[in-house]
Amino acid sequence: MSHTVTRPVPARDRNGPAGPEPSPSRSPRRSTRWHHRFHRDRALILMALPGLALVLGFHYLPLVGNVIAFQDYVPFLPFGSSPWVGWQNFEIIFNGDPAFLRALRNTLVLTLVQVLFVFPAPIALALLLNSLLSERVKRVVQSILYMPHFLSWVIVVAVFQQMVGGSGLLNNTLRAHGLDPISLMGNSDLFVGLLTTQVIWKDTGWATILFLAALSQIDSSLYEAASVDGASRTRQLWHVTLPGIRGLIILLLILRLGDSLTVGFEQIILQQQAVGLAASEVLDTYVYNNGIVGGQWGVSAAVGLVKGLVGVLLVLGANKVAHIFGEAGVYKS
Amino acid sequence: MPARVLKGIALTVICALVIIPFVGILSTSVASREQVNAAGGFVLLPSSVTLDAYRSIFAGGVVSQAMLVSIGITLVGTAVSLVASTMLAYALSRHGSFGQKPMLMLVLLTLLFSPGMIPNYLVVKEFGLLDSYWALILPTALSGFNVIVLRAFFMGVPAELTDSARIDGAGHLTIFTRIMLPLSKAVLAVIGLFYAVGYWNAFFNALLYMNDSSKWPLQLVLRTYVVNNAELGASDLGATVDVVPPQASVQMAILVVTIVPILIVYPFLQKHFAKGVLTGAVKG
Repeated sequence: MSHTVTRPVPARDRNGPAGPEPSPSRSPRRSTRWHHRFHRDRALILMALPGLALVLGFHYLPLVGNVIAFQDYVPFLPFGSSPWVGWQNFEIIFNGDPAFLRALRNTLVLTLVQVLFVFPAPIALALLLNSLLSERVKRVVQSILYMPHFLSWVIVVAVFQQMVGGSGLLNNTLRAHGLDPISLMGNSDLFVGLLTTQVIWKDTGWATILFLAALSQIDSSLYEAASVDGASRTRQLWHVTLPGIRGLIILLLILRLGDSLTVGFEQIILQQQAVGLAASEVLDTYVYNNGIVGGQWGVSAAVGLVKGLVGVLLVLGANKVAHIFGEAGVYKS
Repeated sequence: MPARVLKGIALTVICALVIIPFVGILSTSVASREQVNAAGGFVLLPSSVTLDAYRSIFAGGVVSQAMLVSIGITLVGTAVSLVASTMLAYALSRHGSFGQKPMLMLVLLTLLFSPGMIPNYLVVKEFGLLDSYWALILPTALSGFNVIVLRAFFMGVPAELTDSARIDGAGHLTIFTRIMLPLSKAVLAVIGLFYAVGYWNAFFNALLYMNDSSKWPLQLVLRTYVVNNAELGASDLGATVDVVPPQASVQMAILVVTIVPILIVYPFLQKHFAKGVLTGAVKG
């Protein structure tokens, strides 16, 4: 069975409707047919119910909860009965509250740095892996490098502490040789670099999967033709390999930019204490620290709501741009 | 050939950067007290092996308790997720059935937005789930992405199979349990493992919803006693622990027991995702 797993082909045409096709003409007895279809598919509806309840209860119902962005939320009143305050909670956004602006700036800086340093890493690694001749070596290396992706951020942060933290391997070695320890993890100046390094360590291997798949799609006759024409390995990389994965690179880059407002929340919240808010507060931690911890429910819900709306617009916009570049996009089925 | 040598060196260094931390963590968890103290905490290679640190965390204290919580959440959660996801995906894979299109749209739209932390918290609170284990399961039980992957797979099952079953009088439940599920064991295994890894790794939900520290899962205990370095004394570890092993060893033993389940399922995951289970479905 495992071989058919590879690419489940959507087979719209091969799967007929779940029962007899209702006639296309609209009859006055439409409600009866509606009732008939409901009756015919009741087993399917029952099967869908538990999943549907979870989707509605935990994905759509919370959208309604966003109304507290327009309320002066009082936790102990019944839901919806807190006083309405209009757009008051949004003032910190429109008036440019310094703490909010700081969170926004930190978020965007982190996105920029990660696009510059995290994004190219899997491309380089995929090219390196792709150039290996031995399939076995390639598989072993892949097995090792994919693994950190499946570890939680708690584990990754703990691992980094053991390596470069105050009493980690690096600093113990320095002390043993009579050198001064270096503070890499509690240092607010290096925080962006630390976060970026952790993301690279955790996810670079995993992110090569898509690039390796794209590389394997490149027609090998292109390489043969190029080498017949006397192209060196470097020139083949430049004129065959990179153009072959250009589409994927553009697509993923645009999607990453569409996700600009989201930067590793768990990763940051775990390490915030050590470096302070000035260096580490991003939009998601702002919502957590002010809302859940600080009790400013309305204001942080307002920030979360605006962030979510802008995020959706950015993703949709990014998808549009991807289409303009002639790529398939993500939300086109 | 210098290029080949350079490549070999580069790959060795990259792999070492991933492997060495784990070797060190395992070593520290089994190293003797003298060696841990002499090294100042972290030991790369142990000179002798002792399992005292593991004995202390399995002695029935906070770590043992958290381990039970995590195992329970992962098992129950994965079962709930798989049952709800496969049934919903099957219903969504039957074109033209009652309500199929709007339901599919509802699921697809969840991929586009996330409601936000504050409203999520309020919903869990309004449902009365704060400090309940269900708060660690239900909010993340259904992943729209996984449902879409499963649906794509069910649609790929030849209609001849389901049609002939229907002619023989089989209803949807029979087709689902007798044809669809047996045919999709591999994809069920992958989706199940992804859900399981998600439940095992979940940390923030517990921080958000669980005030009662006796109900904390392993990841939160790991954060408290390893990342935040809270003192872990004999009273936390269990009644039978009279001599507490070095803090560094206990911490690394907690880290090891958190990592090991992932390492156990990892080969299965890798075997299947390498075949493009997920990338194939996304494109479909």
